[in-house]
Amino acid sequence: MIRVENLVRQFGDFAAVDRISFEVGAGEIFAFLGPNGAGKTTTIKMLTTLLRPTAGAIEIDGLDVARDPHEVRRRFGIVFQDPSLDGDMTAYENMELHGVFYHVPRKVRAERTERLLRLFELWERRNDLVKMFSGGMKRRLEIARGLLHTPKILFLDEPTLGLDPQTRNQLWTHVKHLNQAEGVTVFLTTHYMDEADRVAQRIAIIDHGKIVALGSPQELKQQTGKESLEEAFLALTGSTIRDETANVSRDRLKTMAKLWENRR
Amino acid sequence: MSAIYILWLRELRRYARSRAQVVASLGQPLLYLLALGFGLGPVFQRAGEGSYVQFVAPGVIAMTVLFSSVLSGMGLLWDRQFGFLKETLVAPVPRIQVMLGRTLGGATVACIQGLLVAVVAFVAGFRVVDLRTLPLALLFMGLIAALFSAMGTAIGSAIENIQSFQLTMNFLVMPVFFLSGALFPLDHLPRVLSVITRIDPLAYGVDGLRIALIGRAAFGLALDGAVLVAVALALLGTGSYLFSKIEV
Ligand SMILES: Nc1ncnc2c1ncn2[C@@H]1O[C@H](COP(=O)(O)OP(=O)(O)OP(=O)(O)O)[C@@H](O)[C@H]1O
Ligand SMILES: [Mg+2]
Repeated sequence: MIRVENLVRQFGDFAAVDRISFEVGAGEIFAFLGPNGAGKTTTIKMLTTLLRPTAGAIEIDGLDVARDPHEVRRRFGIVFQDPSLDGDMTAYENMELHGVFYHVPRKVRAERTERLLRLFELWERRNDLVKMFSGGMKRRLEIARGLLHTPKILFLDEPTLGLDPQTRNQLWTHVKHLNQAEGVTVFLTTHYMDEADRVAQRIAIIDHGKIVALGSPQELKQQTGKESLEEAFLALTGSTIRDETANVSRDRLKTMAKLWENRR
Repeated sequence: MSAIYILWLRELRRYARSRAQVVASLGQPLLYLLALGFGLGPVFQRAGEGSYVQFVAPGVIAMTVLFSSVLSGMGLLWDRQFGFLKETLVAPVPRIQVMLGRTLGGATVACIQGLLVAVVAFVAGFRVVDLRTLPLALLFMGLIAALFSAMGTAIGSAIENIQSFQLTMNFLVMPVFFLSGALFPLDHLPRVLSVITRIDPLAYGVDGLRIALIGRAAFGLALDGAVLVAVALALLGTGSYLFSKIEV
């Protein structure tokens, strides 16, 4: 369903994604795990036509993403890591706009909107402006919106970020159901290893823009000789915090330059 | 419902909800109309040009439409900042439709603003010379709105940060306004200025509005209409192209 070959994305000299290759089969739940700044979101943005790759090829449902972005966009749904709602519209209007964008027929749209808003406990607040929502409510609306149409592939970039355990449970139950009942392929990222262990059939671990391991949760544990996926993850990616090396140093330079200016 | 329609509706809903902003954005045109209209009125009259309020009202209406449409076109920058842009860019909607929906929405809002200012001008003593040409005035407002909404979207697609926005306002939109003849007659200008005003698309909009509202012409209806349509189409094309190249 997804085929990625030698994919590279550079920002200046810095390679955020550095020649990665992998395949995701139809109907599979695939987890893409890695420390902060590893290149997960950058990869998802390339897969979903938001960023052009510096090099390499992506195929989605047999289509070349570079050559046929519009057709590719019909095939997937996405829940972004960063906010993507319109704060000046109500929750219901955000759902409505999404439904129109994805050609969901009016009746189905109304039914599903109600079902999803109820599922994520937003129905009572449907006519409130989104900018008045709490962080968790916004997050829940992002997810509800992402599930409004039934795509062939669902990209979930840290969908459970900032959500309470109840909602997380709801979400994964729903995603598993979509996967089993409708055969939706799922590509997800998360920092909660237990979630990946619970839902994913296969896992790729990415670090510094490179894939360092790929296999079922069981295989990753065996490969590293660890009991849990969390331990396996740490064994593969190390336990030091290597948060976005490139940018940290750039920020530091800026800070120093400022200090220097202030002194003079 | 189509994507163009829902994006158009979005602009209108946002407009309807920002009442404070609507009132605030009418302050500036009002100031121009009243301060200049009554302040420069006597001088203008003595120079044998007639009533300045009559003369400047079409210019101030054009100004309102100009600012409002550029602003809404550049709302793109805010959508980028707040993340909503991503939602429109991954959707299976041709980007030209997204661009059209936004532009038409922005243009509609700009026309409403222009009409509000026209009402205020009426209260201040402005009178349309021939009511039968009113639809023509609406048409020119629409053309100005479409042209500058498209320009706003094009600029919003090309620049990434909100700081550049101020730059654009100061070095593009303000000159476009001041050199359009919105505030002064275009005849008897120094040669250089006269050439510059002729490459300012708003000059043709102001002229068209003036012909329709007070029957006073500098270029003529046909030329005004032709230039506005041509420039608007060119900017729509450029805007769609730049919009289709956006990465987030
Ligand atoms: N537009 C950009 N310009 C410059 N650098 C960027 C840009 N986008 C991402 N990066 C850099 O690319 C690297 C990978 O970022 P990415 O967002 O893909 O990480 P991630 O794996 O999703 O991390 P997280 O778990 O924190 O979400 C980071 O070092 C980031 O700073
Ligand atoms: Mg990320």
